[in-house]
Amino acid sequence: MRTLIYALFIGLVSITSSQIMAASNGIHLDTVEVDLSDKASLQRGAKTFVNYCLSCHSASFMRYNRMAEDLGLTDEQVVNNLMFASDKVGETMTIAMQPEDAKKWFGVTPPDLSVISRARGTDWLNTYLRSFYLDSDKPTGTNNTIFKDVGMPHVLWQQQGYLGRDESGHLSQESKGELSNHDYNEMVFDLVNFLAYIGEPSKIQRLELGKWVLLYLFLLFLVVYPMKKAFWKDIH
Amino acid sequence: MFSNLMGWVDARFPATKMWEDHLSKYYAPKNFNFWYFFGSLAMLVLVLQIVTGIFLTMNYKPDAELAFASVEYIMRDVEWGWLIRYLHSTGASAFFIVIYLHMFRGLIYGSYKQPRELVWLFGMFLYMALMAEAFLGYLLPWGQMSFWGAQVIISLFGALPVIGGDLALWIRGDFVVADATLNRFFAFHVIAVPLVILGLVVAHIIALHEVGSNNPDGVEIKKNKDKNGIPLDGIPFHPYYSVKDIVGVVVFLFIFSLVVFYMPEMDGWFLEKDNFIPADRLKTPEHIVPLWYFTPFYAILRAVPDKLMGVMAMGGAQGLLFLLPWLDRSPVKSIRYRGPYFRWALTLFVISFIVLGYLGTQTSDGTTLAINNTVMARIFSVIYFAFFILMPWYTSIDKDKAVPERVTSK
Repeated sequence: MRTLIYALFIGLVSITSSQIMAASNGIHLDTVEVDLSDKASLQRGAKTFVNYCLSCHSASFMRYNRMAEDLGLTDEQVVNNLMFASDKVGETMTIAMQPEDAKKWFGVTPPDLSVISRARGTDWLNTYLRSFYLDSDKPTGTNNTIFKDVGMPHVLWQQQGYLGRDESGHLSQESKGELSNHDYNEMVFDLVNFLAYIGEPSKIQRLELGKWVLLYLFLLFLVVYPMKKAFWKDIH
Repeated sequence: MFSNLMGWVDARFPATKMWEDHLSKYYAPKNFNFWYFFGSLAMLVLVLQIVTGIFLTMNYKPDAELAFASVEYIMRDVEWGWLIRYLHSTGASAFFIVIYLHMFRGLIYGSYKQPRELVWLFGMFLYMALMAEAFLGYLLPWGQMSFWGAQVIISLFGALPVIGGDLALWIRGDFVVADATLNRFFAFHVIAVPLVILGLVVAHIIALHEVGSNNPDGVEIKKNKDKNGIPLDGIPFHPYYSVKDIVGVVVFLFIFSLVVFYMPEMDGWFLEKDNFIPADRLKTPEHIVPLWYFTPFYAILRAVPDKLMGVMAMGGAQGLLFLLPWLDRSPVKSIRYRGPYFRWALTLFVISFIVLGYLGTQTSDGTTLAINNTVMARIFSVIYFAFFILMPWYTSIDKDKAVPERVTSK
């Protein structure tokens, strides 16, 4: 019996330690706390998204008028400022580029971004958008540290400038962009925030409703528990 | 007026009789504890899954071209669709949590033992049907994990000798998981298996009410009756346990709502990240694992080097559970009066089930880590099987304690 317990103990320890190893084996991601209540950030992110992403990537489950409502904009504001690829405000964010053409040009069809934040995670997106570096072996001229040989070029090069990568894998600024490092990080944060929003627009309602449901159940408990006590007072 | 109406009904349908037999005059032991909440909670989750399922079906499209988008349509454009979908997806995991706790209750208090063997068997068939239901339903969102999970599990049938390949083909209806597979899985998920589950629930409860409930002391309350034939330690299920179960329901719903509203993905345990990528038969995900409730059996499958033997081991791991009433030779039901051998065996079994469940979620990519995990999975698989295979021996020589005549208070 004692040897069994030892075997078990050693087993549990090796499992926990292997889990720690697995965690450190992973690529380092820059964590980010998205904030769906920051409407200004979401609006800036939307602007970046429609200008820089929404010509190769679609977000075909996301409707423009839903976005208007959730971001505190009017339909007119969205139509005039954020809607370049569709005709009607009730449409979803589709693009004109054909998937077959995209495949010919980039080697891969750029994925729809509707739920990319849920598939990749916001930390990954936040890191990915800041990890393009110059690589002369690639047709796009750039590569990415966390997505090796990615088909996507460094679309935001005007803002970030270009990074170089030394032998040890460290990234450093090669040429300056329009934005400072800090401002570029802010821009990426807003974009990631927006991607998190389109990943699950109903999350705003979900978080809002949740507390009322919990409050209701708590109050209900205050009724049903004394009721149980009252019924059971004679049972010993 | 009302009694006239009931008289009219009762002359034609045993409404009052059924009410009395199953609720107001069904005498349950008065000493039920925490572990006795999970039967009624399983019923609650079943109803929740059926009701949310009906509403999901109104907008879901069982078509390989449309399925993924229709789920996102439900999440965005259908009124309250996001809530209905999260209730259903969280409900699936909640169902297994509740059922595992319900089964554990049966293990610790010997609820499977004579005269409740059929209650246990119906329950085991329910558990199998529930696993089938969950597996079928998981294909429907048509994400990468849906597709590849189904691909892997169906290919297990291909391991059977002679008929294997044809059988897997017959199940899929195509050479890979495809539109035909999705359609038939949908039919089974929304009609066939739920009908089986409902029928088994009725059988499970009728069998239980025929023999009466067990209790934490494992004492038969029917042995001590008063002059009216009512068990001395029994109380009518309604109102006593109906009001008590309502408390359990409210507490359960509170925890359930925490998940639904604040962490519906449960960090990938309830909704996997890869399932937000549409199914793509040309792109295999790096890491295919079933959802958490299957992983103990998946770990056993992978622990065996030969595929056919692995499938048989996995089937055996489930099959042995059915035999529990006949493997256990102890005259004592409840763990309270069992000897040390059974207590140790059960502890090791629970640990092995949890560890196997964890190992089943880990990658098997041939790294040192994965090899270590395989060794671990083998050790714990042996413990899992030993619990059953050695049971007739250790339960018959165990140093059981004296069981009291009447139930004790908590």
